[in-house]
Amino acid sequence: MKIKGVLENYTFILPAVAIFSVFYVIPFVWVFQLGLFEWDGISFARTFVGLQNFKEIFFQDKSWWQSMWNASYITLIALTFQNILAFMLAWACDREIKMKNFYRVIFFIPPVLSEVVVGMAWRFIINDIDGANIINRTLTGMGMPNLVHNWLSDPNTALTTVALVHCWKGFGWGFLIFLAGLQTIPRELYEAARVDGASAWQSFRKITIPLMIPVMVLVAILTVLGTMQVFVLIVSLVGGEFAGHTSVPVLRILASMRGSSRFGYACAQGITFGMVLIAISFIQYRFSKGRQ
Amino acid sequence: MKAAIYYKTKKLAVNTLIHLFLISVAITCLYPLLWMIVSSLKTQDMIFKDISLIPHQFRLENYIKAWQEGGFGRNFLNSILYTSSVVFGIVIISSMAAYAFSRLRFPGSKWLFIMFMAAMMIPIPGSFVALYVLLNKLHLRNTPIGYILCMINVGLSTSIFLLKTFFDKMPKELEDAARIDGCSKLGIWWHVALPLAKPVLAVVVVFNALTVWNEYILALIIFDNRQFMPLQVALQTFQGEFVTNYPLLMAGLTITALPIIIVYLLMQKYIVKGVTQGAVVG
Amino acid sequence: MLIRNLVLCVFALFSVLGCSGQKTDSKPTISVWHWMTDRDPAFQALAKKYEALTGIRVNFELYAPSDAYSQKIRAAAQGSNLPDIFGILGEKRDFASFIKAGHILDITSYMEADNSAWKGQLFSKALAVNEFAPGNSYGINPGIFGVPIDIMTIQMVYNKKLFTQLGLNPNRPPRTFQEFLEIGNKIKASGMQGLVSGWGEVWMIDCLANNYAFNIMGKDKVLATIKGEVPYTDPDWIRVFSLFKQMQESGVLAKGIVTMINKSAEQLFANEKAVFAFNGSWCVNVYKGMNPGLEYGAMLPPAASERYPISIWGGAGSSFMVNARSKNKDEAVKFLKWLTGQEQQAYLAQETNNLPANKNSLARIPEILAQFSRGMDYATHPNIWGVSEFSLVIEALDRGIQSIIIGEKTPEQVAAEVQIIKERELAKKRAR
Repeated sequence: MKIKGVLENYTFILPAVAIFSVFYVIPFVWVFQLGLFEWDGISFARTFVGLQNFKEIFFQDKSWWQSMWNASYITLIALTFQNILAFMLAWACDREIKMKNFYRVIFFIPPVLSEVVVGMAWRFIINDIDGANIINRTLTGMGMPNLVHNWLSDPNTALTTVALVHCWKGFGWGFLIFLAGLQTIPRELYEAARVDGASAWQSFRKITIPLMIPVMVLVAILTVLGTMQVFVLIVSLVGGEFAGHTSVPVLRILASMRGSSRFGYACAQGITFGMVLIAISFIQYRFSKGRQ
Repeated sequence: MKAAIYYKTKKLAVNTLIHLFLISVAITCLYPLLWMIVSSLKTQDMIFKDISLIPHQFRLENYIKAWQEGGFGRNFLNSILYTSSVVFGIVIISSMAAYAFSRLRFPGSKWLFIMFMAAMMIPIPGSFVALYVLLNKLHLRNTPIGYILCMINVGLSTSIFLLKTFFDKMPKELEDAARIDGCSKLGIWWHVALPLAKPVLAVVVVFNALTVWNEYILALIIFDNRQFMPLQVALQTFQGEFVTNYPLLMAGLTITALPIIIVYLLMQKYIVKGVTQGAVVG
Repeated sequence: MLIRNLVLCVFALFSVLGCSGQKTDSKPTISVWHWMTDRDPAFQALAKKYEALTGIRVNFELYAPSDAYSQKIRAAAQGSNLPDIFGILGEKRDFASFIKAGHILDITSYMEADNSAWKGQLFSKALAVNEFAPGNSYGINPGIFGVPIDIMTIQMVYNKKLFTQLGLNPNRPPRTFQEFLEIGNKIKASGMQGLVSGWGEVWMIDCLANNYAFNIMGKDKVLATIKGEVPYTDPDWIRVFSLFKQMQESGVLAKGIVTMINKSAEQLFANEKAVFAFNGSWCVNVYKGMNPGLEYGAMLPPAASERYPISIWGGAGSSFMVNARSKNKDEAVKFLKWLTGQEQQAYLAQETNNLPANKNSLARIPEILAQFSRGMDYATHPNIWGVSEFSLVIEALDRGIQSIIIGEKTPEQVAAEVQIIKERELAKKRAR
């Protein structure tokens, strides 16, 4: 009977939905309703304040929106620099060259390293006081001493530097997924194009790019979700929020939870953050649907 | 004759450029890894004094010390247990769910999928306390099962998303053939869908393995017993409140990084071998 | 087949490791949760000693780093699963919340028993951090709720060798702010780095700003500001903020001090790359590990005003509290009393280079630690004032000072911004 078939279908999703309802939905509801309270995270008593937390976030909390702006900036750099680099590397590796396997392993090392190590190592490399100052020394050695800079301690360059280090850590994932995608484009298409007299650039533009668009959208969505939540790297590179210049939403939420013991407010911030992420992903999804 | 040489040199030039590009990126990737390894071979007072990458000290005993002081033996096994159980659980559960969302019809499928997607996008900071209280009520706190279930949930949404995207693009002929042959839905999932999905499954495995292997804060909050702690928690003992024992920490981090690299090495050939049936092609 | 074997392996591992082996003892076991990685070996040794003495097992469990420890304590409090002994990291306000929620045992009676035998052994300033005085603003009944197991002060240190290189007397650190700035000019000229401190972690900025606030306007006015009676735009406060500007301009602050975490600052000073450091007495242990041959001395922050004495933050370094709901309350208190006894404190001081909380244990500490302990005379601590500033105000103040140092805002601007937030918080408080 039809009903038996439908029930059978439900068993496929049963384990997922069961675990999801218990371990995600319940905490989510708890956190969601906490956004309407004023609570210090310790006492058993909580005060209901309605939408006051949200009002404060939207109208009074300048540092929150600054952190959102910073996170968006880092994400933008990730979407462009990181993903373009990953794509170029994947394209370079998608051919019969020597040491292909070697590169495939090496490029995945940054994502494997813990963010603490990455922060420490890069701080060591870039920083001129407590580090080896390699970048500045190389610039001077290459004859460009006027480009030397306090990359991490100058408020104007700190955020960009952090963004670049984050790109370095993240491009391995994009590389992997792009490579997998490139490898599935049938070689015959390229052969046919070459026979027809198309140049390398033309076959890239007409064959590779259109077929890779779904992959690019996938990587873009995952990049946005992952990068907006960055925070460990920032603490290990610049010690904190650097007077707001390297502030990010997760750090602000943690500050509300621990620093000011405003657990309810932190939950409201978390909800706001989630809503923004959903909005961005929705726009990305719609944009990709339109392209296709 | 001239034209042939021209094209050959042009190809050589292009290839050299490509290689230079790849190598320079590879160097930047290797540097921190080398720094970590070299630091793990030094003593505490030399760590920041000596900045060259060439190790002057070879204190391999740092590794033995890190292993013993960090109590790595037990914690290492724990991490392996947790990671393999979680990855195994996620692969089965998310592929079944993704297959159902993609290929099977049942009321509410669209909305359930949207719920999973939304969960991927809304992080819950502070969920640790909620999970703690929840596990407490279920009497699963301070048990490996409780931790494993929590970690399965963490990776569920993204894995379902990745797999469904893949299943949507999978050609239907093989499935139809299997159905005509009398295969049950479960059989089709096991015998047809999963093998085709190997590349994406490999990505799911690596992604989740990395997440679980590097996780420590939930473990620290949920477990009260040293014997249940995963490796990352043991590692934190080197990052003292005031004194960080850098060489031992680096040795510990190197030990920690190795298994994941091994997992990646095993999985990456699946990812790239790829499947000829338009895996991710539109 | 591979899959099936894999599943079997996983289940086998599971059954071996998954069982929680609970042993039930006839004698009570005291569970202690702590975050002090450096002291864990010393704690374990003391636990064994105590068991040999009394037969009672003490279980020290380490959960590091301190951030994660805090979260674990809060989660455990929610689930009413706190251990017998634990510590609360954070402000007095949080301490008060824990007490109100019934998690912490009032140990005043134990302390004052036998003519205050226990209380008399400990430094009063260290005890004060764990005490709630009559008339406190937290609404807690007066009493002692925690036991300090060490003391610490946060002062400045200077590198004697670099002093000599600059042409200064290594045994005469600067006493006035003016001298300090002049040394800054010398440092700038010589190309060395000046003061390092973890000012990326904002609370250290707060500490120094507060020290100078006490120095310039006196304790009463500072407390009045916290209570809301004096605005932050008061000229004395603007003077406090300007001090940071002056320090930056004179060159006495190291480059990039605003992006340093304390660990980087410690590493710089230990490697003789900085002339001054602003750090707590725990740094003695850190520097010893990184550079045993470091020649340095401790000093108070150079006074900017003669009207009031310069003050520093000091008091209990780490403290332990007893779980009020614990089944082994008395045993736990007994253990803490033993732990703060003279011999045990001397042992801890020797093993971990921390200042003991017991007055009688100071005999065998190294000279540099003794210098720090002398600073206790000038010490105060936010947790003993009886009032707390709003955390948003503190955050604005610290961030504002960071902005002053990097030259983005003027002291007057920062003062105005901080005052705006203060008034907003006061209004919110009145509305409740």
